Amino acid sequence: MPDHHDQFTHTNADIDVHAMGEVHEHPTWKQYKWVAVILTLITILEVWAYYLPSFVASPAFVPILLIMSALKFAIVVMFYMHLKYDHKLFRALFTGPLMIAMATLISLLFLFGKFMGR
Amino acid sequence: MATAVATHAHPPTSTGLDHRKIAIWAFIGSECMLFASLISTYLIYKGRSVVGPFPHEVCDPAVLGAIKCPTKMNAILNIPVTSMSTFVLLMSSLFMVLALAAVENRGKPGYEGLLGSSKFWLMATAIAGATFLGFQAYEFTSFVHEGLTIRTNLFGSSFFTLTGFHGAHVTAGVLWLLTLFAIDVKRGLQPKDALLVDISALYWHFVDVVWIAIFTLVYLIR
Repeated sequence: MPDHHDQFTHTNADIDVHAMGEVHEHPTWKQYKWVAVILTLITILEVWAYYLPSFVASPAFVPILLIMSALKFAIVVMFYMHLKYDHKLFRALFTGPLMIAMATLISLLFLFGKFMGR
Repeated sequence: MATAVATHAHPPTSTGLDHRKIAIWAFIGSECMLFASLISTYLIYKGRSVVGPFPHEVCDPAVLGAIKCPTKMNAILNIPVTSMSTFVLLMSSLFMVLALAAVENRGKPGYEGLLGSSKFWLMATAIAGATFLGFQAYEFTSFVHEGLTIRTNLFGSSFFTLTGFHGAHVTAGVLWLLTLFAIDVKRGLQPKDALLVDISALYWHFVDVVWIAIFTLVYLIR
């Protein structure tokens, strides 16, 4: 009959996988490099847009900046924080509070009339 | 019979996941709500300051025309400097993932030399974080010289609170990274220590994503 310790005995490989909570391999150095390049390009686009007076005056300015920012946010979370590859519990622990936070932010902005052109 | 449990193994858990990693994700989730409240406060108070200095030009003649904009007030936010600090923080995230990869893959082919030097990448990340803090110190000092303090107006109060909280988080992250660097120098971080680096990396990347949001919402959107 196995003793108590045997019930929870793993190989070293098992332990590493469990300890990290990973499901897949992490990205490679080349993928990390390309992620950094994409993040830099989006940041350059954001700053460039800021200096275009005609674009700043257009109604598309704020939505496009928000989309670019959300894209950068998602890229860092998925690739650098490995949420794309990690256990679904970690995804839930992050996206759940993030959704609550965003709903709170938007609700507060509505409550204080920020979307009413005041 | 399976091999003995290594010293770094976590106790058995109902999820099969390490409690420390669950804890850091739960912490990051709670931090999302903290920063959402600070960003909400900034956005609610935006444009409601009675006296200057103001974040952006109160009236931009290039957009509205000189006739509609007789008195132009200069923006206090320095976009070129903040863009540079944003770039530095983004690069620090790259250095951090390379530090984690170096620890996870120590001794494996393709991770020799600089790419496999966790000490180099950890120190590079800490230096990038310290550089970001230097940019922030420069920005705060120049604002004070231009007459904007935390007590000047609603913009000053909400801006310094939001960016100050973020700066405090970056400071904590730099200290954390320097601690890992000291451990690495003392005994060398091994693949079994990867979780220690992974947890600090998650915190560091979170600090980065918060700045991504702040940079757009506070600095770029007028």
